[in-house]
Amino acid sequence: MKKLINDPDDVVDEMLDGMTAAHPDRLRRLPDTQVLVRDDAPVDGKVAIVTGGGSGHEPTHAGYIGDGMLDGAAAGGVFSSPTADEFEELIAACDGDAGVLCVIKNYEGDVMNFETAIELAEMEGATVDSVVVDDDVAVEDSLYTSGRRGVCGTILVHKAAGAKAAAGADLSEVTRVAEKVVDNVATMGMALTSCVTPEKGEPTFDLGDDEIELGIGIHGEPGTERTDAMPADEVTAELTESVLADLDLDAGAEVVTIVNGMGGTPEMELFVVNRRLQVLLGERDLSVHDAWVGDYMTSLDMAGVSITVCAVDDELKELFDAAADTPALTVR
Amino acid sequence: MSEENAASGEGEAVVVAVEAVAERIEAERDRLTDLDSAIGDADHGGNMARGWAEAAEAASDLEDPDPETVAKTVGKTLMSEVGGASGPLFGGSLVFAGAELADGVTPETAVAFAETYLEKVQDRGDARIGDATMVDALTPAVHTFKKSIEVDDLPPLEALAKAVDAAERGVAFTVPIRARKGRASYLGWRSVGHQDPGATSALFILEELLRVAADRLDREIPEVDATSPTIPDDAEADDAEADGDDGTDADAEGAA
Repeated sequence: MKKLINDPDDVVDEMLDGMTAAHPDRLRRLPDTQVLVRDDAPVDGKVAIVTGGGSGHEPTHAGYIGDGMLDGAAAGGVFSSPTADEFEELIAACDGDAGVLCVIKNYEGDVMNFETAIELAEMEGATVDSVVVDDDVAVEDSLYTSGRRGVCGTILVHKAAGAKAAAGADLSEVTRVAEKVVDNVATMGMALTSCVTPEKGEPTFDLGDDEIELGIGIHGEPGTERTDAMPADEVTAELTESVLADLDLDAGAEVVTIVNGMGGTPEMELFVVNRRLQVLLGERDLSVHDAWVGDYMTSLDMAGVSITVCAVDDELKELFDAAADTPALTVR
Repeated sequence: MSEENAASGEGEAVVVAVEAVAERIEAERDRLTDLDSAIGDADHGGNMARGWAEAAEAASDLEDPDPETVAKTVGKTLMSEVGGASGPLFGGSLVFAGAELADGVTPETAVAFAETYLEKVQDRGDARIGDATMVDALTPAVHTFKKSIEVDDLPPLEALAKAVDAAERGVAFTVPIRARKGRASYLGWRSVGHQDPGATSALFILEELLRVAADRLDREIPEVDATSPTIPDDAEADDAEADGDDGTDADAEGAA
């Protein structure tokens, strides 16, 4: 398969240099690491929000570094966790003496490396909290997790925690709102095609022209069900059904939704899905406070979509609406 | 065992042990990869060999090292070079356990080192005995080492020989049981019949510590009667769990 890369071994390194070149006034790369931080990190007296994970999910993670969201992010290899020492440097570089919140997606490698880093940072005297995001309703245990995977709902955790920290809240308050999002968000994804990793150069799994995979993760790992291709409205109904079953919302509840592209899906198709999603939510008497559509957390070049629904109260609405200024997301 | 002021000689002994481990892991690279191919993603041999090679280099670059510094340096290097779960498990645990060697290597600090190491591995990996992981090699090794020192009052080299023997039986134990943690657990019942690569690595590390300790003391490796189970023979069965990349401690022990 054709890819616009050089040596697969250099792809993450070259991507990070390209990102900092695109945003020299906002992003800074820590020397000899794959860690990007805010240009002005550490922000003195503000709770720092940091995250990280494998590469291949762009704009996640570093695309959300900036005012109102993340202070920094560590990039691992494609679909593989950063190492504990990189996470440790990330925490140290962003710590503005008001504590650090680590947002971890529930994958064994990420959790283990992040936790090791947190313990080491605490030994050095840092105050660190963490939340583990597990919003994927598709599978209870997967190839890379015990329990549910963390996927696109993580962006809403960054948004809420980042806004709370920007407003001057302390670490316990910032952690509390992050947990609140984790408790109220659910996601389900599907794929029309596999992704192709730079390393392998061919599809991770084979999917026939007439097949789709439901319950897919963000690393090309298998979904829950392979089924015949169907129209967008039916796919949307399947995904929405699963997400809402998990959330179990009362009629009249307010939600924020994300229709997220997996990297290889035209915006046209995302809007078609969003149209149906909003109709389905209306039929269930759910009121949509905000509907995000775009590529927020991808899986390289996979064609597919995920649907995220997050139940919101006044506090979360205010945090999601608060200003953010990052390369990938701007809220005014 | 070591005198308090012998820390630098001890540190050099630990470096020698680390170099021996690196050589051994390199020699066993293919075997570890084969084990991992059967139940995982076939990268354990390469990852461990790369990590230990870098660790040995970092350790030998230290000037006038003490055991704690060597342990922490090796741990940090493993953390950054091994990747995956093995980095934090083998390396992260060593960084924490290394702090137990601040006053040099004695039978007491070696036991504390081993126990801390095991505790960290268990906490980080959330694995217990019988999950078919490195914990199955380390737990019997650490418990046996502790009992040999604290209850049976054996010389350190003999205690370490018994620990290695216990680890060997722990590795064998991973074969007929179902993996509950780590990548092998995805195989469910198909993991039965496979030896755990992480447990195997842990055994190789312990074997090298023993060999280096015996060399340093200029003694033969003590014979261990593998048929005699190490069971606490008094009612004060110990709490404890520990583990050991005892690399450090063990060998320093010998050294001492």
